[in-house]
Amino acid sequence: MPVLRSQLDPSSEAARADREAVLAALQRIRELQQKVLAGGGEKYAERHRSRGKLLARERLDLLLDEDSPFLELAALAGTHDPTETVGGVSGIGTVSGVECMIGANDPTVKGGAVGPSGVAKQLRMLEIAERNRLPLISLTESAGADLPRQADIFVPGGASFKGISRLSAAGIPTLSIVFGSSTAGGAYVPGMSEFTVMVKNQAAVYLGGPPLVKMAINEDTDDETLGGADMHARVSGLADYLARDERDAIRIGRQIVADLRWRKAGPGPTENPDEPVHAAEDLLALAPMDLRRPVEVREILARVLDGSRFSEFKPLYGTTLVCGWGSIHGYPVGILANNGILFSEEANKGAHFIQLANAREVPLLFVQNITGFMVGSRYERGGIIKDGSKLINAVSNSQVPHVTLMVGASYGAGNYGMSGRAYDPRFVFTWPNHRIAVMGGRELAGVMSIVQRQKAEKAGQPYDEDADAQTREFIEAMVDGQSDAVYASGRLWDDGVIDPRQSRTVLGLALSAIDSGPVAGTRAFAPFRM
Amino acid sequence: MPTNPTFSTVLVANRGEIARRVFRTAKALGLRTVAVYSEPDADAPHVREADVAVALGGSTSAESYLDVAKILEAARKTGADAVHPGYGFLSENAGFAEACAQAGIVFVGPSPDSIRKMGIKHEAKAIAKAAGVPVLPDALLTTDEPDDWRKAGEGVGFPLLVKASAGGGGKGMRLVSAVDELENAVSGARREATAAFGDGTVFLERYLTASRHIEIQVFGDSHGNAVFYGERECSVQRRHQKVVEEAPSPVVGAAVRARMGEVACALVRELGYVGAGTVEFLFDDTDDSYYFLEMNTRLQVEHPVTEEVWGQDLVRKQFEVANGAELTAPDPEGLHGHAIEVRIYAEDPARKYIPSPGTLALYEHTDVPGIRYEDGVRSGSVVSHYYDPMLAKVIATGASRTEAALKLASALAGMRIQGLKTNRDQLVAILRDPDFLAGTTRTDFLDLHPALSAPEDRVDVTAHLAAAIAVSVHRRRTAGGATAFAPAGWRLLPYDGANAAWTRQDVRRAPETPVTYRLDGSTLYLIHGGAEYEVSLKDLGPESVRVAVDGVDRLCRVRVADDTVVWVDDSDGGHSAWKPTPRFPEDADASAADDGAAEVPGTVVAIAVAAGDRVRSGQVLVTMEAMKMEHQVKAGRDGVVASVDCAVGQFVDAHQILVTLA
Repeated sequence: MPVLRSQLDPSSEAARADREAVLAALQRIRELQQKVLAGGGEKYAERHRSRGKLLARERLDLLLDEDSPFLELAALAGTHDPTETVGGVSGIGTVSGVECMIGANDPTVKGGAVGPSGVAKQLRMLEIAERNRLPLISLTESAGADLPRQADIFVPGGASFKGISRLSAAGIPTLSIVFGSSTAGGAYVPGMSEFTVMVKNQAAVYLGGPPLVKMAINEDTDDETLGGADMHARVSGLADYLARDERDAIRIGRQIVADLRWRKAGPGPTENPDEPVHAAEDLLALAPMDLRRPVEVREILARVLDGSRFSEFKPLYGTTLVCGWGSIHGYPVGILANNGILFSEEANKGAHFIQLANAREVPLLFVQNITGFMVGSRYERGGIIKDGSKLINAVSNSQVPHVTLMVGASYGAGNYGMSGRAYDPRFVFTWPNHRIAVMGGRELAGVMSIVQRQKAEKAGQPYDEDADAQTREFIEAMVDGQSDAVYASGRLWDDGVIDPRQSRTVLGLALSAIDSGPVAGTRAFAPFRM
Repeated sequence: MPTNPTFSTVLVANRGEIARRVFRTAKALGLRTVAVYSEPDADAPHVREADVAVALGGSTSAESYLDVAKILEAARKTGADAVHPGYGFLSENAGFAEACAQAGIVFVGPSPDSIRKMGIKHEAKAIAKAAGVPVLPDALLTTDEPDDWRKAGEGVGFPLLVKASAGGGGKGMRLVSAVDELENAVSGARREATAAFGDGTVFLERYLTASRHIEIQVFGDSHGNAVFYGERECSVQRRHQKVVEEAPSPVVGAAVRARMGEVACALVRELGYVGAGTVEFLFDDTDDSYYFLEMNTRLQVEHPVTEEVWGQDLVRKQFEVANGAELTAPDPEGLHGHAIEVRIYAEDPARKYIPSPGTLALYEHTDVPGIRYEDGVRSGSVVSHYYDPMLAKVIATGASRTEAALKLASALAGMRIQGLKTNRDQLVAILRDPDFLAGTTRTDFLDLHPALSAPEDRVDVTAHLAAAIAVSVHRRRTAGGATAFAPAGWRLLPYDGANAAWTRQDVRRAPETPVTYRLDGSTLYLIHGGAEYEVSLKDLGPESVRVAVDGVDRLCRVRVADDTVVWVDDSDGGHSAWKPTPRFPEDADASAADDGAAEVPGTVVAIAVAAGDRVRSGQVLVTMEAMKMEHQVKAGRDGVVASVDCAVGQFVDAHQILVTLA
């Protein structure tokens, strides 16, 4: 297979400037991540520890196989909204040799209560577990819904219990280890799980706590009598295993997973997983914060694919959509990568290539850096909508797993044609320079200005140029603020912002997780409008 | 060898390294070889190296290697027509030599008469004196009267040694510096000698402080010739046991050597001695005077140093002499270079040399020119408490004494000896000690250098911990299944690293060391003991890694044994063993009730405990009857009964607590 060459000069002035800019953005992201890692803060962490309990991430580390990787997902969910409760950790990790979807409540943040973003995150994790056939492990200690936000939680939140049950129905095991109080809605996590482990003298699982019971039926009771681990293990039968302490509970959980005799159902890696020839470090020079700077996408592929090998399909046709075959950590992938705006040829080539990948049953990697489909009368006459629809048709119905990596712009219908979030890719990861919106802020403000101006002209009214400038500035700032990578991740439009240098590991872990389930293609598409 | 050899099959009535040593030469001579072995030695290397091997049965020396009848039976069964006794065991047992002769078997050693004469120390001394060998003043204690002892002591002069007549190896020996210590010393020595040799006879001998132990290697043949192969110095001793042995002595010149050799040969001729022997002297390096100590009528443990500097195979010479060959004296100019031997023992020098028997988990050495290993063990050998805990002798030969010493120290430092505490570090420290290298080695050397017995730990804890962690991580990652491609402990978000705890196993009562580590490419970020380290790693593999701490780079070889103990041997002579604290508690019956609860509703028929009783997990607390069946309520853990919460005859519900544990 041909090996990609590089023309990049990482020591050039421009490359260095781009690198500095993205490093600064990464630093800001790291600070935000540190805030997430700190959970409820030192005071609550200390209080938690003083009760002899482990922190959420300590529980997670113990659950995972020693020294194994953990692909944290949606770490920034809810961080866009200062009123949100941001706590807990979710992701994919290896337990007793089995890649699992793991979620842990963080009791140092409002007692592990879940807000609207937390619910959305839970639902996304259930979706990932189901679609990729990953056993689910819940490290449970949660006060339930964040009550002041109950209106945003109650109705959609119900789906999280449905999700656990549907995993089981799909043959995917579910396990809940209960470390502490798990009330009301929280109580249904162990309730719905196939296996339940409870920590003695810590777990307290009940529909209503002692105050509510007192209120409702005037019964005086306490945590241990009402919903203690011992009671559930001996009397109610809600607990399958009684653990002496947290470590014992995690040990039992690991044993349960080992006893699943779980086998991945995918075809497994088949290619030589050698490192790329070109340095991952250079990816920092390929992630310009200023999206007007063009990036040669093959330079990115040369730093992500095994051995920098890439077998390009139709290299002379529809050149702004680069298609071809390669592999990541041994997993073969078909790649669609933007090298500029999409025209009819690119849309047709992409639709063709997606059908090929389905016929061959090879997962697809979409590398998005797209400002949209070409506009203008010439292109409308050339059938750009018809051709764009073919691409969207192919993406919509494709059954092989998709992974989408956003390395820059994601605007307009380009987002759709390149398997954006709404098109059910198994995973979406973004770089810090990523921007996502119907169009760029400046373009959007400009369009709105033109529309207003035409309206004024039609009405014969004078147009207020000062007000127009102010409005444009306001709209541009608002759109830009709502399209930036961190905001997007807060909104769960993706599964995480990553350091460009982490791309290969992240994609490898994602492909390995995908490989837990079968990889199958389809021939069933909507009619392609010819 | 003569054209008509008198034997063709040799049985070696010994074990360990000396058995292997004798087999090596016997095979080179084309002799058929027979090994004997006790039960604990069934898997010993010496058993595998002989053409045939005979089980003696028994575990103790008395039941096996010292049992004359069993050994002669083994010889008969295998058609052995010669027996080599090695050293120790039956090598200086005149009765055994005699029994061999009666059975028509050649005893590769001197006559029973020679053995007997030299075996009684005060008698040997008298013979030596008659042969013109200088001796120290002495007196045999023939009565039980302390007054007589005192008189004898005054005649000999103080300081003096009380020695067992039948003794050896320092047993039954006491140093007495003044007359008032004499009575106790004599009584103690007699008791010890009786226990060790079955003969409580002791004598007094003048003691030279700050003397040297120098011995002459002699040979006599059946034609009346006596020759010698220079001297060995074995002054570095601990409690009269040799620790370092060398040839030649740094203080013996050609003239003194010739004089001492001639005197030793005179004794050989006087005895009509046939075979290999060693005449031991105390040597005063202030005036080059020397005094007969004793004669050993066997091949010595330390014979290899003589072989190395004289280019001789002394075992071969033993066989030749036993076959009737005639000896010629070696050319005095045939002495080349310097050889030093040390003995590696399974013992702890820092704890008064207490033996540390056990399983030798790993035993490895590299072959270096000029280094000779004589060992009777291999990886997996069990060093039992039945026999001498010597693992190996290591001999270095160099152009100079310093070269030999330093080479030997390096070879020792590079050996991998795991599973047992040994004196290796002490030996390395001695060989590198400036006073040792200067040659000022008198018999009080170790007393004057007490620090050498408890040498400083050569282990760089950070480097070894880093090596143990890095290799463990590497092994886990390569076995990491589908996601093994990801870096160790990889996280998307910032990560301080994994928490673990390790405890040093080769240091007594070492505390548990909590660590946080993160392996990032070739750098291990390690936090322990309140400090952060950035350790750079090279060539990380499943069995070794090069580790650089503070800019000093060393190779650490790492062995992970049964996933429980990790051994680290570095290229600079540092050796350590570590145990990672398990991440999880042992699997125990966690769902067992701590307290005793009824499993079914029923009637209490008997209560076996009362408040305050100490109970063990599983112990019956209460017996109940339900559905015409008896049910026992047991304690879920060890503990003390806080209260009995039921009474005989009481009807109790299921899950009701009947006995509460404190």
